Amino acid sequence: MRIFDPHIHMTSRTTDDYERMAAAGVRAVVEPAFWLGQPRTGAGSFADYFDSLVGWEPFRAAQFGIRHHATIALNPKEANDPRCREALKLVPRYLDKDSVVAVGEIGYDAMTPEEDEVFAAQLELAVDHELPALVHTPHRDKARGVERTLAVVRASGIGPGRVVVDHLNEVTVGAVQDAGCWMGFSIYPDTKMSPSRMVEILRERGLERMLVNSAADWGRSDPLLTLRTGEAMLAAGFSDDDVDRVLWRNPVEFYGQSGRLDLSETAAGEATFEGSSILRGGS
Amino acid sequence: MDPGTLRTALAPSPGVGWLDDGVARVSADPASIIRLFAAAGRHCGRAPLPGAPGWTADQAARVLLLGALPAGDLARHVDDLYRHGDAAEKLAVLKALPLLPIGDAAAPLLHDAVRTNDTRLVAAALGPYAVHLDQAAWRQAVLKCVFMGIPLAVVHGLAGRADAELAAMAEGLRDEREAAGRRFPDDALALLRQST
Repeated sequence: MRIFDPHIHMTSRTTDDYERMAAAGVRAVVEPAFWLGQPRTGAGSFADYFDSLVGWEPFRAAQFGIRHHATIALNPKEANDPRCREALKLVPRYLDKDSVVAVGEIGYDAMTPEEDEVFAAQLELAVDHELPALVHTPHRDKARGVERTLAVVRASGIGPGRVVVDHLNEVTVGAVQDAGCWMGFSIYPDTKMSPSRMVEILRERGLERMLVNSAADWGRSDPLLTLRTGEAMLAAGFSDDDVDRVLWRNPVEFYGQSGRLDLSETAAGEATFEGSSILRGGS
Repeated sequence: MDPGTLRTALAPSPGVGWLDDGVARVSADPASIIRLFAAAGRHCGRAPLPGAPGWTADQAARVLLLGALPAGDLARHVDDLYRHGDAAEKLAVLKALPLLPIGDAAAPLLHDAVRTNDTRLVAAALGPYAVHLDQAAWRQAVLKCVFMGIPLAVVHGLAGRADAELAAMAEGLRDEREAAGRRFPDDALALLRQST
C-alpha cells in the first residue's frame, strides 16, 4: 500500500513516527501551517515556523524516504490576535517556494469578523498564486461553519475543484460534495472520524474527490490511521485499486494542481552531496 | 567554477529562455529577483549539470540571477535571499558566494549555515568562501562534519588550513567514538595522521 498523507503536522512528531510511517508505506506528506498548542505572540514566531516547514522538516522527512510538502497561511485562530495578524504579510513570499503546494489552513475557528477578513484575503492569495486552498472547518458550530465556509469560497471566485474542505463528518460531507469541493476527513483515535465510519462514507458517496488524512499533531492522534483506513476498506470489500485511489492518487491529483508536487525518490537529490550520501547526520 | 561555465552548462536546459529573461529583469529591477529566485527550480529543473560537476540546474540558474544584481546593493540582496530562502535557495546562495564580488560581507551567513543540522548547508558553508570564517569557527565546522558523517572532501583547502588544534579536537572525538565502540571515519583518521 502506498500512502500520501495529505494533512499531517510532522513538526509535532518524532523520528519514531517517521520510521513507522515509512514502514507502513507513507511516501509523501503535506504539512499544513496551523496553530501550535501554545499560542504565538508575534510575526517572528511565524517566520521561524514557516522557515521550518520549507527547510528543516523536509530534510528530516527525506531521511526516511518521505517527500514533504507544505501549505502556508495564517491560521484562523491566531488571525484574531492583532500581534499575529502581521504574519499575513509574510505569507505571499512563502507561497512562491517550491514545496508549498497550497494556501492553508485557512477558514474559521470562532467565525469572527477578523477571521472573515483573513479567510477572504488568503483565498485571494490562492487565486493570485495559482495554488489550491486547504480549508479547515471549525470544531464548534461545525455545520453552520461549513455552510458559511462554502459561501465564502463561492464568493472568492476560486474553482471549487481547487479547494479541499477538511475535518468533515457524516453531517457536513453532503454540502461539500454538492458544492464540488474536495472532501477531507481526519481520522482520529476518538474524535473527528474513525476508520470504520470513513469506510461507510466512502460506500455511500463514492471515492471521487475524497481525501483521507491522519491530521496527526501535538494532540492525541495517530499517523498510521491512514493505513488503518486502507485496511478497513479492504476488509469491507474495496479493491486494492480503490485503496490506492483514496490514499495515493486522490491527494496527488488534488495537490498536483499546484504544479509543484515532487514525488521523485528522495535519495536521488537531497540525500547526496556531490555524489556522497550525507544523511547519516546528527549522531 | 565561474558564472560563464555555469551558463554554458545550462544551455541545453529547457528553462534557459526563462532564465535569460529573468537575468534581464533583475538588471532592470533588482527587487524582481525575490520571486524569480524562488521559482528557478520549477523553470530550470534540479538535475545535476554534466557540464558543471557538483552543480545542479537550479543552483546554476540562481547564481546567474545573483550575478545580475547591482554590485552596490549585492550584499543586502544576498542576505535577504538567504534569510528568507527555503533549503534549496539557501544552498544556492552558499554555493554562489565565492563567485560573487561580495568580499567578506556574507560571512554571517556561513555562521548561520554551520549552526543548522542540515548536512547540505553545513557542507556548502565549507566551500572556498570559508576563507572568511575565522579559524576557531572553521575548526568547529570541520569537526561538525566528522560528527555528522559529512565527507571531509567537501572542505575546501582542508590540508592547507588544518592545524594542531583541529587535530587535538578530532583526537578527542576519536577517543569518544572508540570508548563507545563506534566507527571513526577514515577521512578523519587521515586528517589526524597528517596533522600529528
